[in-house]
Amino acid sequence: MTEPVVSLRGVRADLGSRPVLRGIDLTVHRGEVVALLGANGSGKSTAVRSVIGQVQTGAGAIELFGTDRRRFRDWHRVGYVPQRTTAAGGVPATVTEVVSSGRLSRARFGVLRKADHAAVRRALDLVGMADRAKDSVDALSGGQHQRVLIARALACEPELLIMDEPMAGVDLASQEVLAHTLTEQVSQGTTVLLVLHELGPLEPLIDRAVVLRDGCVVHDGPPPKAVGQHALPGHDHVHPHAPAGAEPIRTGLLS
Amino acid sequence: MDFLDYAFMQRALLAAVLVGITAPAVGIYLVQRRQALMGDGIGHVAMTGVGLGFLLTWSPVWMATLVSVLGAVLMELIRWYGKTRGDIALAMLFYGGMAGGVMFINLAPTGSNANLTSYLFGSLSTVSQSDVTAICVLAAFVVLVTLGLRRQLFAVSQDEEFARVTGLPVRVLNLLTAVTAAVTVTVAMRVVGLLLVSALMVVPVAAAQQIARSFAATFVIAVAIGVSVTIGGTVTSYYQDVPPGATIVLLTLGAFIALTALAAPLARRRARARAAADGATDPGDCTIPGSRRAADEVGV
Repeated sequence: MTEPVVSLRGVRADLGSRPVLRGIDLTVHRGEVVALLGANGSGKSTAVRSVIGQVQTGAGAIELFGTDRRRFRDWHRVGYVPQRTTAAGGVPATVTEVVSSGRLSRARFGVLRKADHAAVRRALDLVGMADRAKDSVDALSGGQHQRVLIARALACEPELLIMDEPMAGVDLASQEVLAHTLTEQVSQGTTVLLVLHELGPLEPLIDRAVVLRDGCVVHDGPPPKAVGQHALPGHDHVHPHAPAGAEPIRTGLLS
Repeated sequence: MDFLDYAFMQRALLAAVLVGITAPAVGIYLVQRRQALMGDGIGHVAMTGVGLGFLLTWSPVWMATLVSVLGAVLMELIRWYGKTRGDIALAMLFYGGMAGGVMFINLAPTGSNANLTSYLFGSLSTVSQSDVTAICVLAAFVVLVTLGLRRQLFAVSQDEEFARVTGLPVRVLNLLTAVTAAVTVTVAMRVVGLLLVSALMVVPVAAAQQIARSFAATFVIAVAIGVSVTIGGTVTSYYQDVPPGATIVLLTLGAFIALTALAAPLARRRARARAAADGATDPGDCTIPGSRRAADEVGV
């Protein structure tokens, strides 16, 4: 086997006093597409957020490309799609402006050169949003927001793509575009770790599924086709046309 | 243009222009982070600095800079570690800052509530040469940060979690935003006053948002509005003998209302153009999707 791109060993994490991850082992090898499945609250989001250092871990070891995560600095090798329903902030921004921020990991001192602008255009092409490049993200549909977020992750031309529920709140047409984009990335050798609620249109892409329940890995192997996605532990169904465009969760005066 | 003959007016206008540039330039990042009221909080904390300046007979501008920078750093730390109780800690910081200011200035031998009033609501005619020097130095710092690091600050203010994964030093950039906001508060303090500083950080940005679609355009329009209203307010207060701070803020609100009125027909026209463009490429479905899109974008 080649060196693991992502490796978690015995990772534990608490949110407040509640243990969310209780000793997770997870390895993703180069070129693999691994889906992290499980019910709400099973810890799948926390697991990927611990990989990118967004969640403090209590115990265990996390490595990215063979380097301890705390010493890992090659962030341009990682593209991340956070769980969001909107790409908009408090001020208007165009699709290009949002996607360009994904290129910063390859730009020295935040200066974008010709090659960087070209990479941003390529990323927009990949998700079929090149014709909306100059539009404000406020004017986009839920599925288009998600395509912008994925283009932002692809702008740094990553070797590893980490996605947290990329299909949540996405209309069927956009789901097909996203599945097609991902297929192309995978055929070029990109490694993918993604959190999913259900396999859906991405099913043919997925090499391996890891199912979490109550912060523990209960299945690690081929995608659970035979039992069907609806038989997964604690499964509940989320419609792709769930309300989109909701505000990110930020409360309070300065939160 | 006879007002330009007076040295105090020259100083006042220079200070006003610098405030018109810096306040919206920082404010845009605060609005983007949905922390529009942070400037207000820093303004309260800066009052303690003004009071301490009088008490220790140091320059109130530099003392206010020091105290509000410390206050802003403290606010940022509370935001990291405070979690759910953070807002109460921040509220206490604001009230403590205001009470401290009133207390120190009354303890000071040369201070009185009249002195404090000039800092609370701005007083252009008393802007001294040393104030102008301080304002120039501080404004240069603010412009350097807000323009030089615009891509980094945009990324962090748009999506902090994503910015961390691009390897940006998110905490350093957050602290820098807080410090820059604090510096801007003290730059603007002499012109619009501590209690109205936040208006000049937020309202020009809100007004620019009404007609702009991109961050870059919002930035440029907000600064243009900022400079216009500060110059307009300063000149008006010279001829009409009205308080400059209040005049500037009311002018800014006027600009917001005017641009909001302008925005609705603009959005309708954009929606029509969009629908027409879609209809041209896809003649098969011109009626229903076209009209639906137009209706969608009117509310933006």
